[in-house]
Amino acid sequence: MKLRNPTGSIRRRLVAQLALIAALLSVAFFFTVRVVAEQAATDTQDNILAASATSIADAVYSESGVVRLELPYSAISMLSTISEDRVFYRVLVDGQTVTGYDDLPLPVARQPGRAVFETYPYRGDDLRSVLVSRALSVGNQARQVEVIVGQTRLGLAAISSKITATAVAIGVVFFIVATALSFLAAQNAMQPLDRLAASVARRGPNDLRPVTAATPAELVPLVGGLNSFMARLRSALTRSEDLIAEAAHRVRTPLATVRTQAEVIHRQMERPQNKKALREMIRAVDESSRSAGQLLDHAMVTFRSDQLETEDINAADLLRDVVDRLGPTAELKDISVHLTLPSGRCVVRGDMILLQNAVRNVLDNAIKYSPADTDIVVQLTNDGACRMAFMDQGRGFGEADLASLTQRFSRGANVDDVVGSGLGLTIADDVARAHGGALEITSNTEGAGACVTLVLPLA
Amino acid sequence: MRYLLVEDNQKLAKALCDRFALEGHVVDHVETLADADVSVRTVAYDMILLDIMLPDGDGREFLRGHRGKDDPTPVIVLTARSEVSDRVGLLDLGADDYITKPFDFSELQARVRAVMRRLGGTANNAKTYGDVVFDSTTGEVVVAGVTEQLRNREMRLLEVFFGAPGQIFSKTYLMDRLFSFSDDVSENAIEVYVGRLRRKLEPSQASIETVRGLGYRMVLSS
Repeated sequence: MKLRNPTGSIRRRLVAQLALIAALLSVAFFFTVRVVAEQAATDTQDNILAASATSIADAVYSESGVVRLELPYSAISMLSTISEDRVFYRVLVDGQTVTGYDDLPLPVARQPGRAVFETYPYRGDDLRSVLVSRALSVGNQARQVEVIVGQTRLGLAAISSKITATAVAIGVVFFIVATALSFLAAQNAMQPLDRLAASVARRGPNDLRPVTAATPAELVPLVGGLNSFMARLRSALTRSEDLIAEAAHRVRTPLATVRTQAEVIHRQMERPQNKKALREMIRAVDESSRSAGQLLDHAMVTFRSDQLETEDINAADLLRDVVDRLGPTAELKDISVHLTLPSGRCVVRGDMILLQNAVRNVLDNAIKYSPADTDIVVQLTNDGACRMAFMDQGRGFGEADLASLTQRFSRGANVDDVVGSGLGLTIADDVARAHGGALEITSNTEGAGACVTLVLPLA
Repeated sequence: MRYLLVEDNQKLAKALCDRFALEGHVVDHVETLADADVSVRTVAYDMILLDIMLPDGDGREFLRGHRGKDDPTPVIVLTARSEVSDRVGLLDLGADDYITKPFDFSELQARVRAVMRRLGGTANNAKTYGDVVFDSTTGEVVVAGVTEQLRNREMRLLEVFFGAPGQIFSKTYLMDRLFSFSDDVSENAIEVYVGRLRRKLEPSQASIETVRGLGYRMVLSS
């Protein structure tokens, strides 16, 4: 039985959640790498700019009251080590441009003694600049020397975009790997559940033993519930079987007493009319015990048909067993049962108890309705299906009622003098159907009598 | 034949004992598995008839124990339970056969005979009358040195005559012995079987004689 509307899949949900987390982590990773890398690049540029500006400021000196500057080459060359970016500088003394580009803007907020970094557009590019100031004593006067060094950020942008690309690549790879791993993790986490489901699904319909497969702690309540349900089902089934068995016991034991006592008295009686009456009584007992037995059999067959306990059964062995079993019964009427078997094996899959019961009912019927000193042929053939034919030389069924014979309590039209309940063939028919087969009833093709064939699919 | 009947239902057991007595068999009856154990240890029985539901346990336990002891005494289980549920397993546990209550006594006898035959019979079951040797277990009769197999009804009929040679048995008595209660047969049916027996005994000194108005008896013709 399949549930038609499963509400979502734990596995899918688990994978989706883990993938979402991986995606978030990838994005966070990407931004972190970008910010940190850019910061590091900017810091590097700033340090070099500051060193360059400081070395220029240090190169400003005074000589006999005149401020002089010998621009150190290294101050510019150290900047060019970073990249091919353009470099601008401006040197001011007391706010007057001494040399360099005098349109390089001065930062708005200046703090003496501290380097001030700024970024602004300049001549079509972003410029990073630093202002370094220092006091220079000229004669007995203190003069304020300010140096601005700026550099475009093209190299930095290149580095930044390279880092961004790398960060994106790493993020994507991380996401893919993380998603794949989360899939594996989900698979792994679901494994105990899958195992449990498989071990439950593998069971036959009658396997009501508790589930003992190793279960993770989270599944213990579920398995516990399952086991207690199966225990209840098992006890209910056992109770039904016990009830049927008990009912049979209760009905049959007193009948056995009555029958045996009646036999004893019958033997001791002399008057024919008394004997006849007692005979009738014994037959009535037989009839009721047979009916009770077959009703209970029928109940048991119906009960078991819903949950077949199937196994591979060799049809020849089955027939041999039943023929052996009923041999003494047939012998009492000098009836010989001939069993003919095919050379090959004929294996069917079915419930042993039910099939035995069906075969016994059919053969028992044949013996009961056969006159003394006759033969019954039990023939097993294999023509793509397993066919067990029981041919007797009895009175047959009479043409009219062949189809109705397998109905409950239906008996042949010509059986008034034989004890029977009319359930035998019904039971056989039910069993055949439960096994995907059929019970065929025909008149015996060879001479008088009936031919009942139990057809079962091969295993 | 000496039987041990293990059956807790007293009325049924009493009736069965009476029934066995009619056939001239000795039956010891016990009601519990414990008593059955004691009886089996002290007396050598030809056959144990075992009920399955007993007050002090399941008859199947007894079967298991019985087979464990290597005791060759055959066991026929008398079961009153459902045909379907119980039967399988009884034979596996070592019962030689089983029969469902209520049963026709002649069927029980037929099963006892079949079990005896399968196990090779009791030591000396053959009876001799004149030059006829008859084994009621195998159904074989030796007439003038020639062994012949009797059919079941012939054999049971001859068994009656061998039980009391010379005694007159009425047709009604013989019919009761030969036919089951579900067989509807006329009085003449017995003549068919008597006729068959006569033909088989023809070469011997023994013959079945009609005693007009009374029945038949087996006598030796000199």
